[in-house]
Amino acid sequence: MFFKQKRPRERLLFNKKEKRRPSRQSQVLRVKNVELENSIFKNRMFCAIFVSILMAGVLFANLYYLQIVSYDDYTTRSNENRIRVLPVIPQRGIIYDRNHVVLAENRPVFHLVLFPTKGLDTRASIESLNELLDLGLEEAEIKNLIYLSKTRQRFSGVEVSDLLSEEQIATFSVNRHRFPNVQISANLNRFYPFSDIMTHALGYVSRINEDDVQRLTKEGKIDNYEGTLAIGKLGIERYYEDILHGTTGSREVEVDSHGRVIRTLNFNPPKPGLDITLSIDIRLQYYAQELLGNMRGAIVALEPATGEILAFYSNPSYDPNLFVRGIRSNEYKLLLNNPGRPLINRVTQGGYSPASTIKPLLAVMGLNEGLITTTSTYYGAPAFMLPGSTHRFRDWRSWGHGWLDVYRAIELSADTYFYDLAHRAGIDTIHDYLDRYGFGRGTGIDIKEESLGLNPSRQWKQSRYKDSWHMGDTVPIGIGQGYWTTTLLQLIKAHATLANYGRQITPHLLQEVTDPSQNNEQVMTFNDVIEARLQGDIDNLRNHLHEKNTQLASLGPTHFIEEEESEEENLTPLDESNAIEGTIELHHEDESAVTGEIALDPSFYRDELNVQSDAPLTAEDAKGADVNDENVAKLENDTPSESQASEVKVIHRHPLAQGPDSEIMDVNDPSYWDVARAGMYLVVNGPEGTGRRAFYGAKYKAAGKSGTAQVVSIRQGEKYNAKALKVEHRDNALFVAFAPFKYPRILVAIILENEGGGSAKAAPIARKLLDKYLLELYPNGYMGESVPVTQKFGLGGTVDVQ
Amino acid sequence: MTENMHSLREDVMAKRGTWLMRHHIDLPLLLGLLMTLLLSLFVLYSASGQHPEMLWRQIVRTSLAFLVMITVAQFNPRFIAKTAIYLYILSLILLVMVELFGDISKGAQRWLNLGFMRIQPSELFKVVMPLTIAAFLSKDNLPPKNSNVIIAFILILIPVGLILKQPDLGTAVLIAVSGFIAIFIAGLSLWYLVAGALAAAAALPLMWNYVLHDYQKQRVLTLIDPESDPLGAGYHIIQSKIAIGSGGLYGKGWLQGSQSQLDFLPEPHTDFIFAVLAEETGLIGFLILLGVYTYLISRCVFITFQARSNFERILSAAYTFTFVFYIFVNIGMVSGILPVVGVPLPMISYGGTSMITLSICFGIIMSVHTHKKTLTFR
Repeated sequence: MFFKQKRPRERLLFNKKEKRRPSRQSQVLRVKNVELENSIFKNRMFCAIFVSILMAGVLFANLYYLQIVSYDDYTTRSNENRIRVLPVIPQRGIIYDRNHVVLAENRPVFHLVLFPTKGLDTRASIESLNELLDLGLEEAEIKNLIYLSKTRQRFSGVEVSDLLSEEQIATFSVNRHRFPNVQISANLNRFYPFSDIMTHALGYVSRINEDDVQRLTKEGKIDNYEGTLAIGKLGIERYYEDILHGTTGSREVEVDSHGRVIRTLNFNPPKPGLDITLSIDIRLQYYAQELLGNMRGAIVALEPATGEILAFYSNPSYDPNLFVRGIRSNEYKLLLNNPGRPLINRVTQGGYSPASTIKPLLAVMGLNEGLITTTSTYYGAPAFMLPGSTHRFRDWRSWGHGWLDVYRAIELSADTYFYDLAHRAGIDTIHDYLDRYGFGRGTGIDIKEESLGLNPSRQWKQSRYKDSWHMGDTVPIGIGQGYWTTTLLQLIKAHATLANYGRQITPHLLQEVTDPSQNNEQVMTFNDVIEARLQGDIDNLRNHLHEKNTQLASLGPTHFIEEEESEEENLTPLDESNAIEGTIELHHEDESAVTGEIALDPSFYRDELNVQSDAPLTAEDAKGADVNDENVAKLENDTPSESQASEVKVIHRHPLAQGPDSEIMDVNDPSYWDVARAGMYLVVNGPEGTGRRAFYGAKYKAAGKSGTAQVVSIRQGEKYNAKALKVEHRDNALFVAFAPFKYPRILVAIILENEGGGSAKAAPIARKLLDKYLLELYPNGYMGESVPVTQKFGLGGTVDVQ
Repeated sequence: MTENMHSLREDVMAKRGTWLMRHHIDLPLLLGLLMTLLLSLFVLYSASGQHPEMLWRQIVRTSLAFLVMITVAQFNPRFIAKTAIYLYILSLILLVMVELFGDISKGAQRWLNLGFMRIQPSELFKVVMPLTIAAFLSKDNLPPKNSNVIIAFILILIPVGLILKQPDLGTAVLIAVSGFIAIFIAGLSLWYLVAGALAAAAALPLMWNYVLHDYQKQRVLTLIDPESDPLGAGYHIIQSKIAIGSGGLYGKGWLQGSQSQLDFLPEPHTDFIFAVLAEETGLIGFLILLGVYTYLISRCVFITFQARSNFERILSAAYTFTFVFYIFVNIGMVSGILPVVGVPLPMISYGGTSMITLSICFGIIMSVHTHKKTLTFR
């Protein structure tokens, strides 16, 4: 094209051969040549200028495209380069015991982070750091770090050391100029000052792993964990992770190409996690550890009135700080292979035969079912035999106990009496009652590591062993042996029902949740948290409760009621009409508990949904609103019987039983609780009581029940001889005790694995714990009635109850 | 009347030009170079991270370069033409010495340590190559004979081959182009040009497989798709394009370029200094730079047209358009339309070697303009 335009000058561009061969001799031609030279030169110059202008045009077009057309795009990319949003990890909530002793805190830990940079030799940096700070990195570790530095995302550094000492920090600071791409970063690490004392209750936090990430992603919480290193893995730390963690903030920073922060552009502070106060008394907890010494076993103590757990110890234990740091494989192996199996939580995960400790509970069943009465008697032979069978179910006392009423049967822990009772009740009745006590079900405790134990039934045996239930299977259930297994926590929960005259509690570790950013005002109690979990959103409830508290202070009750209504609607998802009644009723109870002062007329809530039934609700009814899904499922199963009984259902409340109806375990006559309690009183205070030696001279009146669980069955005609048995086949010692008798302040349950008799081994420990708590730790509390009351019982026996 | 006026103007101009002309200094060219120097210092201050020491060194170097330029301008072009062949041979010897005893830095053997100074003989050819071709071709009548063209090409290929072996593709291409421009100005038939282009197209696959080193291939591939390797080979180009693009029309302001100031640009004060300029002063800055260069080049073109002998014409034109080519290659590379070859932005980038080389070229151009027996202004 270019050539065609220049057609007249074509001659010059594509000069013909003859013309390019100038004749040296001809002067004429030479003159012609100068002309030609000039024109060729000019022509070439114009070509070159044209090309130059073309190049300038290309450059301009490109620049125009980059700077004007794609300006927005490149501005965005430039900002992405320069601005980085860094997560700001919220401070994890601190965990206190009931006396505000710190059980879990955050300690600053200094890391050494290397940002791999082009032009700086990563290996050389690491090696000289290793030498300078004496980090003790092996060749393999260095290789791994280099590998990480190559594979990790740009700008995210590699941790050369995660635990710098003060000295190392100082050394590094002095030599800082040598390592332009290395920074010290401070982190807060969880620290458990009480080491192995609190482990099983408290649990621990540890590095977030792949599973956690997947779970958090599924729950939609992963964004909040941006930058967070550790997550609750066990115990309280795991159960209350959402409360303790807080909300991650962010920091918008300008960084250079090495990822070094130049300045902060924007700061969005994190919301720190809420602090948690546990009901644990660390002194009692520590004492429990001391008492257990080298014995395998567990101790749990709680306040029967509230369900607040005072001590929760499983022995042997381990140091949770190892897991925070990141446990090494040899350390972990050591824990795994420890014959004491410290990783098992013996309070909530150990399945044990409850043995004789449950005799008072079965006595209540017998009384309620009319199988025994307070005056009925039974002859305690050396052994019980099923009709038409020669199998001897032996009593623990080889010569028997003679005539027994229910009190003496409990006092002496007469096996034959309860063999007979169990036999007559049958497995279905027993299963039903054990279920009501909470055996075979979750206790509702606020840790997730809980096994359910086993409440045996016909269906269970059929599905488990493909065998029908035999009469002989029922008999040992009467003394807490056989197929029945329970956790220590289930056992203490059932006994709390007894101690509370029929009122059931949910054992829990959480006393209150406080907000450190709001002057430590109480934000939530255990019940609030449970309710919040039901609604599925802790955070909203927290704000909601907080608002409500402040509104209550300023506004009249009318506002409060309006708000109640809206919450009512929130709760409707339990769509069974029965359940709705139950929830509303329960809700009312709970709210009055929260607010404490405003008594609301329940009739206010009667809307068209529950107009049909004005009758008081049954305990079963209200259970529907309880935490566990199982309960909801159970409620659905129960509905037919419920509707039959729904016309008139009266809760038989013991005069001393506290709490809402929903918590009362209904028996026909609340005095049955007195019977069982009196039996336990006699165990400790009676002339023949199995725990009388251990509680001799106590300054308060306690009640208790021993238990000695066989781990292996002893063949017919043979005798139990502890020394002849392997250690792991020896009896488990159990003891349950509460004190003071009338209004118990503490209830303890103890299991000692393979230690022998409950009254000999476990009872003294129970005594010591009660002494410690009542006399030493809280000596000014209620110690029992000042004037003894003589209580008649059975066939004319009396006892002075104090 | 008109003639009087005319002669009067001639007189005035002759007088004004006299002193400078006598000292062989071309004022407009000098002014142009001073303008680029000012622009250079302005950008360099920002690009160096506000490093006054670097600025000072640049001033010293530029002064040295101007001194060299004026010194070179004192030589008569005829003398320069005579020395051309010796300079060529000397440079070639040095190049061979590099091959034998050169220092290796960044994987390439480019430097020669002469004891008192380190030199880069390949850099010498930026001056010597057009000079040699111009001297050789202007001996005969123009346009050059075929045999002369072939010899000229051989003269080009010997040093270029040696430089390619170092390996330094960028410099080799620049030198080849500077030599070629000289041949082109001398009057090479465009048919040869077309044939050459076709041959180059045919040679491209061969080059790709046998001549180019892996890192050079990588650069070309990166150019085609820089995003394919954003943290590796494409990093420089991407960061540079981001810098330029985010500058917009007016730029982010002097010292305010985040790409430049936060270390995202590779070598912001040398090869990539244009990105700093474009980021901080935007398209306007580019146009200003273009204006300064245009002025400088226009003056050189003017001088070239004024030149009388074929040697002077070819030489001056070759230097001028090689200078244009440098600018194009550098800006093209920084803005992502040419592969990354180590070419500084002429007269702006920090660094002594390139500046001295260019100063020699400008000195020769000045010499061409000022060594005339009779001063004619038409």
